[in-house]
Amino acid sequence: MIVSVASGKGGTGKTTVAVNLALSQDKVQFLDCDVEAPNASIFLKPLIQEKKIVPFFIPRLIKEKCNFCKLCSKVCEWNAIAVIKDKWLFFPELCHSCSACWTLCPQNALEKEEKELGVIEKGKVGKIEFIHGKLTIGQTVAPPLIKQVKKEIRKGEDVIIDVAPGTSCPMVEAVKGTDFCLLVTEPTPFGLNDLTLAIGVVKELNIPFGVVINRFDVGDKKVENFCEKNNIPILLKIPLEERIAKYYSKGEVLVAKDEKWREKFKQLFQKIKEKVKK
Amino acid sequence: MKTLTVISGKGGTGKTSLVASFASFFNNKVMVDCDVDAANLHLLLHPEIKKSFNFKGGKLPIIDKDRCSQCGKCIEVCQFDAIDKDFRVDPLSCEGCSLCARICPEKAIKMEEKITGYWYISDTKYGPLVHARLGIGEGNSGKLVTQVRNTAEEVAQEKGLNLIIIDGSPGIGCPVVASLTGADLALIVTEPTLSGVSDLERIGGVCDHFGIQWVVCINKFDINLDNTKRIEKECYLHGVQVVGKIPFDTSFIEALVRGKSLAEYSTSKTTQQIKDMWNRIFNILNV
Repeated sequence: MIVSVASGKGGTGKTTVAVNLALSQDKVQFLDCDVEAPNASIFLKPLIQEKKIVPFFIPRLIKEKCNFCKLCSKVCEWNAIAVIKDKWLFFPELCHSCSACWTLCPQNALEKEEKELGVIEKGKVGKIEFIHGKLTIGQTVAPPLIKQVKKEIRKGEDVIIDVAPGTSCPMVEAVKGTDFCLLVTEPTPFGLNDLTLAIGVVKELNIPFGVVINRFDVGDKKVENFCEKNNIPILLKIPLEERIAKYYSKGEVLVAKDEKWREKFKQLFQKIKEKVKK
Repeated sequence: MKTLTVISGKGGTGKTSLVASFASFFNNKVMVDCDVDAANLHLLLHPEIKKSFNFKGGKLPIIDKDRCSQCGKCIEVCQFDAIDKDFRVDPLSCEGCSLCARICPEKAIKMEEKITGYWYISDTKYGPLVHARLGIGEGNSGKLVTQVRNTAEEVAQEKGLNLIIIDGSPGIGCPVVASLTGADLALIVTEPTLSGVSDLERIGGVCDHFGIQWVVCINKFDINLDNTKRIEKECYLHGVQVVGKIPFDTSFIEALVRGKSLAEYSTSKTTQQIKDMWNRIFNILNV
């Protein structure tokens, strides 16, 4: 079973939930797919045993062959290439590596150049197999790296995926193909707004989902009311506690400190399993 | 004209709450919500939409089965594995690069423009707001951010306003880089947690990479004073100014559930600290 932990709004506690869920189990695979800001390793502290570079291809000009016909700049949907008179300009942060420019260049004046998109690191913590992707600073396109991280999934095992905030391509790429999506939210208008957007995505993807309300005892009741009205299961509520916030700030994990919470996260995983079976 | 972009790396550090408070401190500005896939600033600024525009942010290939000879060229060139062996397009994988349509020898593929979001020019009691809404699960948020940012510049020029304040999105990817483009200063809002520290290093690295000056606000600084000291020290060593330290204060949430910024809701000490921080930023911006 593959469980993704997403949120829409950032900072609601995705990583906290994903990490505690993983540590409440005996054996799981843990994938941190928030490649722009990966933080799960701070809490799981895995021993990294393997590292590999994920490449990304950008065009490189072979000046002698170019006749400045501008076709490359015309076919680039992201305006990453500009040709002004006899100057060929390239803006790497806009490039999506679609290959159109070097595939279509009539002079064969463009070749592909390999760049580092990011790295994938693999390691172990007890029986947990840990994998995360880290987008290289200055690179902007996260989905291809997320896709590579997800290729590490072992079929048939229990897998937990920590997802990036938001509802656009990085979130979709990470949630796609999972058996269940846990949406972590907070009881504020921001939390509710972004939860509604995230639900829109998981419904579009046809993925069953449930909600975790973090800091449930502050803010208002609108998230709870919304879930009740729409028959959305609230699978766990976590209070705002100084103790929990302090653990988080130091990279410590709740279930390692508190048996009661270990039990709660175990039950959460069990509830998800039952829902997926149905 | 000057542009301030507020970003964080890590989500939920308080960007939007701070931007909404800044809104009430200075008049001659345009506000922009560049967190286009999970926009929240409108929930505090209550805009009245004046103009609404369609965002044609994507194209999707339509394969004409009658013309298609199933040569497989399109599948071969697609870098996003968006066309399967039965020549069906997966819209969630497709990036809309059009290469398949351009390369098809039978000219069997047409690209259809999709409306993938909307952007708006609105009025608020604190001045104009340019904001957007990306369609569910749509990509190309960077393009929409650029659209929103350019529109804000036009609005500022038209109305003779000399400052643009951008509320950015978390992360370090396309939309973040698009919201940083052309910024005179980035305010990075962080928190004294190990995640906050790690993400601050990454987003600070992005600002350095693109040559953008940045300053730091440590929000909820009192939840871990050791980490706060560590951030201050790192910033000092890096030559980066910490322009404000804001305490953990549940009145942020009280204000938020009432649809207000903290500055609007309360005249507390925290509000004063936000105002002091704003004054420091304002001086650095030299508007």
